[in-house]
Amino acid sequence: MSRTSFRLTDQQVETSIGNLLRISVIIAAFVVLLGGIIYLVRFMGAHPEYRVFTGEPRDLRTVSGIFMDALEIHSRGIIQLGLLILIATPVARVILALFAFALQRDRIYVVVSLIVLTVLIYSLSGGRL
Amino acid sequence: MNVLEFSILIWLASLLAGFLGALTGLGGGVVIVPLLALGFGVDIRYAIGASLISVIATSSAAAAAYVKEGFSNIRIGMFLEIATTTGAVVGASIASRMPTSTIAIIFGVVLLVSAYLSSVPRRERTGQSEPDPLATHLRMNASYPTPQGQEQYQVHAVPAGFSLMFIAGALSGLLGIGSGALKVIAMDQVMRIPFKVSTTTSNFMIGVTAAASAGVYLNRGYVDPGLAMPVMLGVLIGSLMGTRLLVTAKTRILRIIFALVIFVMALEMLYNGITGRL
Repeated sequence: MSRTSFRLTDQQVETSIGNLLRISVIIAAFVVLLGGIIYLVRFMGAHPEYRVFTGEPRDLRTVSGIFMDALEIHSRGIIQLGLLILIATPVARVILALFAFALQRDRIYVVVSLIVLTVLIYSLSGGRL
Repeated sequence: MNVLEFSILIWLASLLAGFLGALTGLGGGVVIVPLLALGFGVDIRYAIGASLISVIATSSAAAAAYVKEGFSNIRIGMFLEIATTTGAVVGASIASRMPTSTIAIIFGVVLLVSAYLSSVPRRERTGQSEPDPLATHLRMNASYPTPQGQEQYQVHAVPAGFSLMFIAGALSGLLGIGSGALKVIAMDQVMRIPFKVSTTTSNFMIGVTAAASAGVYLNRGYVDPGLAMPVMLGVLIGSLMGTRLLVTAKTRILRIIFALVIFVMALEMLYNGITGRL
């Protein structure tokens, strides 16, 4: 393999990022659909209550809680896992771009990507202002 | 109404919203919150959580189609995302402390502005201004494909564009919308980036911005799986269908109809916000 094959062009980077986004959205949609089918089979006769805001239970709010729920085949946990994959999709895009900038030895944009990534992780880990 | 009927109705409504949003280029996210809050009596915080999810889905799904054309500028996008993501976290944090009626009033005003902006033709940029040295330093100037071959462009007014992006991010976090229109205005009108580059780069940024807000909403318990499920699946499928049809359909009349729908929703949101019903 020649050294030049590591020099990615911006266009190559964006094409691979685009494909990653699409695959990730498809996976997220199927996980949500699977959880949704189980949810509807179990709760179809129940009455939906969204008029009064109560907030979600603790386990459906955190990354670890959602994984635990999904592993125990709780329908709402599986849907939430699909939503989490979806939220992670743009985060993965930033990480991929970060690596691409690093390969291009573009220091400024490595730092720029790191700042964006930090804000995203801060938000996902329950950041409060 | 039981859970099954509720889910099917919300799925169908979201499908239509996503379809019209993609077909008209106005985005489906902007009508999801009023639809859920006014049409189904859903608490506005649950509605915003579900809407954010649908915004990430459509933005990420559309990105794959956009990048092939080679218009989007990843450097401009990433740099401005510093502003949009910080704005989004601030907006989402404000949303959890603000009375829901105030959120409804702000939403109504933003909807009115969106309806107005979509009905006036895009203003052509006039006058000359110097390219921003900051843009040169940040290597933002690039080229994009046109029928006459690659065309170079220079980026202007980086600080002004950056500030507008912070506001776009804050509105996205506060209201659960993509703020695509404001992002395009900031890039196309203020930073003088070619329109095609602006719209495709904006689409990329919308997903990252919404992810920053969605993290905060998820942690606050505003993302309900039973509600987000039909909304996400509906908007996603609807917008994919709309994008497919976009090439052949005549969208002028649809745009007018959709702008009218947004206008009526804006008045409803304002009325319900002012009378304290939302």
